[in-house]
Amino acid sequence: MTDYIPPLRDIKFTLEHVVGLDAVAALPGNEEFTADLVDSILEEAGHMAEGILSPLNRVGDEVGARLENGVVHTAPGWREAWAALVDGGWNGLPFSTEWGGMGLPNVLNTAVHEMWQSANMAFTLCPMLTQGAVNAVRLYGSDALKALYLPKMVAGTWTGTMNLTEPQAGSDLAAVRTKAVPEGDHCRISGQKIFITYGDHDMAENIVHLVLARLPDGPPGVKGISLFVVPKFLVDASGAIGAANDVTCVSLEHKLGIHGSPTAILSFGDHGGSVGYLVGEPHRGVEYMFAMMNHARLAVGLQGLAIAERAYQQALSYARERVQGRPVGWTGDKNPGIVYHPDVRRMLLTMRCQIEAMRAIHYTAAASVDLAHGSADPVQRANAQTMVELLTPIAKGWCTEVGQTLASLGVQVHGGVGYVEETGAAQHLRDARITTIYEGTTAIQANDLINRKILKDKGAMIGAFLDQIEAQAKSLTGDDSVIGLGVAEGVTKARATVAWLVNSAGQDPRISAAAGVPTLEMMGILVGGHMLAKAVTVSRVRLASGEDPDGFYTAKIESARFYSLHILPHVHALAVAATDGAATVMRMDEASL
Amino acid sequence: MKILVGVKRVVDYNVKIRVKADNTGVETANVKFSMNPFDEIAVEEAVRLKEAGKVSEIIAVSLGIAQSQDTIRTALAMGADRGILVQTDVDLQPLAVAKLLKAIIDKEAPSLVLLGKQAIDDDSNQTGQMLAALLDWPQGTFASKITVTGDGIEVIREVDGGLETVALTLPALVTTDLRLNEPRYASLPNIMKAKKKQLDVITPADLGVDVTPRLTTLKVEEPPKRKAGIKVADVAELVNRLRNEAKVIP
Ligand SMILES: Cc1cc2nc3c(=O)[nH]c(=O)nc-3n(C[C@H](O)[C@H](O)[C@H](O)COP(=O)(O)OP(=O)(O)OC[C@H]3O[C@@H](n4cnc5c(N)ncnc54)[C@H](O)[C@@H]3O)c2cc1C
Repeated sequence: MTDYIPPLRDIKFTLEHVVGLDAVAALPGNEEFTADLVDSILEEAGHMAEGILSPLNRVGDEVGARLENGVVHTAPGWREAWAALVDGGWNGLPFSTEWGGMGLPNVLNTAVHEMWQSANMAFTLCPMLTQGAVNAVRLYGSDALKALYLPKMVAGTWTGTMNLTEPQAGSDLAAVRTKAVPEGDHCRISGQKIFITYGDHDMAENIVHLVLARLPDGPPGVKGISLFVVPKFLVDASGAIGAANDVTCVSLEHKLGIHGSPTAILSFGDHGGSVGYLVGEPHRGVEYMFAMMNHARLAVGLQGLAIAERAYQQALSYARERVQGRPVGWTGDKNPGIVYHPDVRRMLLTMRCQIEAMRAIHYTAAASVDLAHGSADPVQRANAQTMVELLTPIAKGWCTEVGQTLASLGVQVHGGVGYVEETGAAQHLRDARITTIYEGTTAIQANDLINRKILKDKGAMIGAFLDQIEAQAKSLTGDDSVIGLGVAEGVTKARATVAWLVNSAGQDPRISAAAGVPTLEMMGILVGGHMLAKAVTVSRVRLASGEDPDGFYTAKIESARFYSLHILPHVHALAVAATDGAATVMRMDEASL
Repeated sequence: MKILVGVKRVVDYNVKIRVKADNTGVETANVKFSMNPFDEIAVEEAVRLKEAGKVSEIIAVSLGIAQSQDTIRTALAMGADRGILVQTDVDLQPLAVAKLLKAIIDKEAPSLVLLGKQAIDDDSNQTGQMLAALLDWPQGTFASKITVTGDGIEVIREVDGGLETVALTLPALVTTDLRLNEPRYASLPNIMKAKKKQLDVITPADLGVDVTPRLTTLKVEEPPKRKAGIKVADVAELVNRLRNEAKVIP
């Protein structure tokens, strides 16, 4: 097992030069958000990742969360780790000072969470979900609900959950059956929820469940589902914790990975009904969930990046140490590490360049969220919102698929010992596997991209983005033109695919459904290439001024070159698949499958 | 009482050190740096003394390249009151560091100087001792406990044979060992407050100190790989091998 080392250099480079923190710092209220503050915060968040969270990753996997006599215990050391985050004020980083938060930008929260997710993904699900729950209450809760719950949730002394899934209702939320019956100023909630992350645990005083349920007068389907706050323990008007609220953790799932994260089956209202408080208006629960979904999807997508980074660090470290045979072309006297075998290099570069691409996608999306909410300029707000919408399905769908591919490559670099649990490489692969499933599977992200972001406006929004990508690519010259060319050729293919979809999708709804994932992957690869091309532009400027003492900028350019020759060409293959629509996918008789 | 703490920016303790291919030093490209762990302990101790009401001001001093400011900011976020960076691109050796610190101490007149017992990059374990000699101050090295007494401090030192307790009159210099305390993590509000704390940047020339290196590094090599262990049948064989093969007992 290697230790996690926060990749602060690339994090800062991406924030400052690829995303451009200046625009975020210029937003009203961000006067304190200066480069040296960002540095200090990233340093200390990295320090915590290294010193507190990463050392608990293994015990989380091996011991896991356990349900004993009705009480959920997290792995040894996890309670103390959570207390350290809460005491340090970290959970409140992106929230308003009105609720005890720090009022810092979302993009900084994203960089901090990247490091924590890398250090310990199963653990960091807890702050991730708590922040999501804060958003729900903050955006849609009544003033009374906010006053009572937000300070504790922002601090993290109370954690949050998302209760959507039921046995018959996963991707299809219309099938939710949990009931809510009005009673005075609250409702009585009853029903069963499954797969609830941190649905029960011993790290916090209270747990605030956000629960989707149906009111008696709700119409069938998604338009009849409302959102409720259901605390684990009842809270009186002063905020003091009272009796248990009839929410039972029936069992914890035994899972492939993220063993440290308790995945609970929760039963509401076995003894007369859990008290729940309506959030916002009746029947608008799914709509609220969708509005929050951007945050949640970006947060899960970030796990794809984070786990890939962790797997890469481990693979690289091993490849430098493991000696196996004499690499072809090696002329030294002593055989070096396997890192000198060209194919091992290929694997490591495949990891490295896509990690850089994912990081830039995530930070750009996160900064766009800041701009979309905080800018005083309506044009800037609208442009930023467009970026959020386009990048969200890519950041979730593509980055999690790449994350698990890279975690798998990390095992491959290790050879046999990678498959053995001792090295820890296998844990990353097991942990990564969930990321393409929860918070909407890859197919659901693809549907979002293709239906809402491409077909809805007949390709206008994505077309404009493709134009920008192309213009940037064409600005690369000389040695870098191979990178620019790779991106520009990708744009040509992507444009043709979008045009084909816009023309054909109307003929048969199955076309967009079948073309979704290939289109998503194609756009992910292309946007990733665009991000690296932007990094090349900045790096060239630095190099031209003779500023590259440790080879960082040169390496950025090499990485982009590899991406353009090894990753970007997949765009062409995916275009073939996407523009075949549903024809071949649905052609074979179901009985022959 | 005023305390001065030295904080050095070193290769992060989790980084696997690799020797450069040309044997001139260790690889620092693309490597993460952070505060020397023994210095973190020194800062923590100073902050605890301040929290206990024994100290009025903590000054964190670093010497080295511009990025050492990050290390000072960390100390400020942990609770130091202000910082001084002596900025230079010259590779500073222990004697130069000791002289620079002496020049600052002459101006600031702290009653107590806390340094790490060594920095984990070059492991010299010299600066504290040299500085105490230059100042002609009493020193308590390898401290595992510091107690403020009526007119001075009492330091428990970790020595080869066990623990040694020394009483020092102030002003004094103490170097920290691992067991002195467990350093805290800075809280987010304190990191934000640290931004507003004073951090002065000066140069060796301002202090009138010549920092030209006096030692030349001939070659840096990986330590020899550890040989695989063996199992011995009984105590007799163990003693025999320790005596005749390892030659560690007479
Ligand atoms: C470890 C873990 C933690 C979780 N945490 C939470 C949590 O905290 N809160 C919560 O509410 N839920 C949680 N979930 C549930 C998770 O969000 C669902 O598992 C997920 O949404 C998929 O739903 P499902 O399992 O019912 O699969 P299904 O919806 O049955 O999907 C099965 C397959 O069918 C495909 N499919 C389904 N519908 C479509 C469609 N319309 N178009 C194309 N393909 C489709 C899917 O892509 C998938 O491949 C968690 C799950 C796990 C395993």
